Amino acid sequence: MKQKAGRGNSKAVSYNKWGYIFLIPFFAVFIVFQFVPLVSTVYNSFFENYRSGLIQVGPNFIGLENYKTLFTNGELLTYTKNTLIMWVMGFIPQIIVSLLLASWFSDQRLRLKATSFFKTVIYLPNLIMASAFAMLFYTLFADGGPINLILMQLGILQEPFKFFSSIWGSRSLVALMNFLMWFGNTTILLMAGMMGIDPALFEAAEVDGATSTQVFWKITLPLLKPILLYVMITSLIGGLQMFDVPQILTNGKGEPVRSTMTLIMYLNNHLYSKNYGLGGALSVCLFIITAILSLIIFKVSGNDKKAR
Amino acid sequence: MKKRVLSALLSTAMVMGLLAGCGSSAADAPAADTSAGTEAAATTEAASDEGAAVAAGDEGSVFNIYCWNEEFKSRLTDHYPGYEEVDGTTGKIGDVTVKWNITPSKDNAYQNNLDEHLLTQADAAADDKIDLFLIEADYALKYVDTEYTMSLADLGITDEQLVNQYQYTKDVVTDSNGNLKGASWQGCPGVLIYRRDIAKEVFGTDDPAEVQKKVADWDTYKATAQEVKDAGYYMTSSVNDTYRTYSNNVTSKWVVDGKINIDDNIMKWVEDSKTMYDAGQIANTTELWSDDWSKGFFQDAKVFCYFGPAWFIDFSMAADTEGSVANAGGWAATEGPQGFFWGGTWICGATGTDNPSLVKDIMLKLTTDETIMTDIVKADNDFVNNKPAMAAMAADTNYKSAVLGGQNPLRMFCTGAESVDLSNQGAYDQGCNESFQNAMKNYFDGNATLDESLEIFYSSVEEKYPELSH
Repeated sequence: MKQKAGRGNSKAVSYNKWGYIFLIPFFAVFIVFQFVPLVSTVYNSFFENYRSGLIQVGPNFIGLENYKTLFTNGELLTYTKNTLIMWVMGFIPQIIVSLLLASWFSDQRLRLKATSFFKTVIYLPNLIMASAFAMLFYTLFADGGPINLILMQLGILQEPFKFFSSIWGSRSLVALMNFLMWFGNTTILLMAGMMGIDPALFEAAEVDGATSTQVFWKITLPLLKPILLYVMITSLIGGLQMFDVPQILTNGKGEPVRSTMTLIMYLNNHLYSKNYGLGGALSVCLFIITAILSLIIFKVSGNDKKAR
Repeated sequence: MKKRVLSALLSTAMVMGLLAGCGSSAADAPAADTSAGTEAAATTEAASDEGAAVAAGDEGSVFNIYCWNEEFKSRLTDHYPGYEEVDGTTGKIGDVTVKWNITPSKDNAYQNNLDEHLLTQADAAADDKIDLFLIEADYALKYVDTEYTMSLADLGITDEQLVNQYQYTKDVVTDSNGNLKGASWQGCPGVLIYRRDIAKEVFGTDDPAEVQKKVADWDTYKATAQEVKDAGYYMTSSVNDTYRTYSNNVTSKWVVDGKINIDDNIMKWVEDSKTMYDAGQIANTTELWSDDWSKGFFQDAKVFCYFGPAWFIDFSMAADTEGSVANAGGWAATEGPQGFFWGGTWICGATGTDNPSLVKDIMLKLTTDETIMTDIVKADNDFVNNKPAMAAMAADTNYKSAVLGGQNPLRMFCTGAESVDLSNQGAYDQGCNESFQNAMKNYFDGNATLDESLEIFYSSVEEKYPELSH
């Protein structure tokens, strides 16, 4: 009896060891590809380090000079605003449509046919490369492109509407593309959340005579909160890092009037001159902005207070 | 057998080179230097190839060429004696393997790639060193004004050998100390290309000499634009069409003492374009090469003229497409309000190359050999960088441009090439010109005031070149 217990103990210890061994790959990858770059970004942000033509300038330590440049020219604020505006414009329709679709797909009473076909179809836009998708939109919405031709032939427009010369026109296009690309993904996530809700609750509600609207607002939504929060935070982080769509759509310029210039596009501009100093400072700011916004969402949604 | 013919060719080339460079010690010195440096490698092969070893035995066995498209490759394949194509990215000149490193210039990719390799050139293995690379005028000084580019004198090319080249093509690749560091086989003087049918309808004639009177300077050009507009047409497709004509005729540089400087002539472009665009005389504000811009190449469009050089007329105006004006030979060319140039490719030797005599030979053959250059005109319709060859072609009544309805535009190009003045170019030109056109689009579109657009221009340039201010 005693012996048995002893053996059991030693077994537990050796299992622990394996646990750590299996964690090593993750930590190795994390340190090499995430932690080291993160630290070196912060380190780089204190240096003047760029290339002018073929001449390398620096690295010279200049303290907080890069941050001063960023904050004094006021552009950081503009591009943060642009990024957030385009994210919100895309996210609101995205979350509404996704919630609607997810509740339809997961609703047993509707008995929808060919759900897996439609699930695949709505996910498809996400599989197209963002750059290819942006090129397509660029051609479709060009001043003399098919969309304008159709609108003119239908008599809706007298003259072609210049989407890429209009601030809200081009912002809407970016938002529309992000919406189209991501609503499928969000739908799948929300559906997974809804299917995880105990069916007994729905049945009980049904027995009590709740309408489907009531079921949605009183049962589905509150129980979906953790997933919704996850969707919001990942989408926010993805939105702040918005780059490929506006970059390709506006040819890297963020025109008109730099109103579609996102933070990462701004960062990319600094890489033209290999400006690692200013680029690093900008990345650090982006990191802080993302952290703050995520915290705000976390607090506002009340998830920090162990609701259940 | 083939090899012997090649050896004979190469040896004559060398002897000719020596004779041409007679009396100048510069021609011999670097060749001697390099042969001493690579002596060990040379002994085995030089023995078998004897005198013909100029480009083959004495030097490195791999010749790396950096460029951004197939143009130079096809010139070398078609016109350089002894070049044999092996496959898409390699070729052979004698015993030397030619390796092509082609990176498209979109989004600065070509320059980024070239920069990385040039900066590590000193430490690279002999076979990996860049031997020859190509540059464009817009950013020529970025490379020319550094140690990474060899001067032609060091390669053993003398001024006398280049005497037939147009001066502006030399100005582009002259560094701040006056050293010539590259050579081009092309000249790209631009002309005004107009539609014959519209000219006939509006002015009653499509004769280039008569139309020239209508566009002789910017004031008459603007007056004509109104005439064209009243007849229901647009003068140009985009506001950016005329940009080069203004920007090539500036009186100051983009950057003066580390500060961004906007020349009066550039501001004149803004003013003129804004007035004309607001008056409906210009169709659009799009970038060059966009779909909306190139719609004007077709019969059903309403665009009266474009500005462009020889390559533009032959390769860019959709001449092969049914329904285009070029396909029907409906364009004609005239000098236009001011001289300008557009494009062109320069050949540069990279410092540290292990094949200097091959670099030299390629430069001499392609940019100074009158026979080869005349062949290029005939085969490829290029405007070559050789005054006598072009003068002869200009006088040739048999030479006709199909796109221009049988007109021989070469005389105009010749005059244009002589008149281009590049004394105000600088290393920042490419970045500044791009940013300026992008920023001004906001002003033309009415999305921003002139001052706001200028602010956008300044911040865009300062992002590209952090050392500048305004």
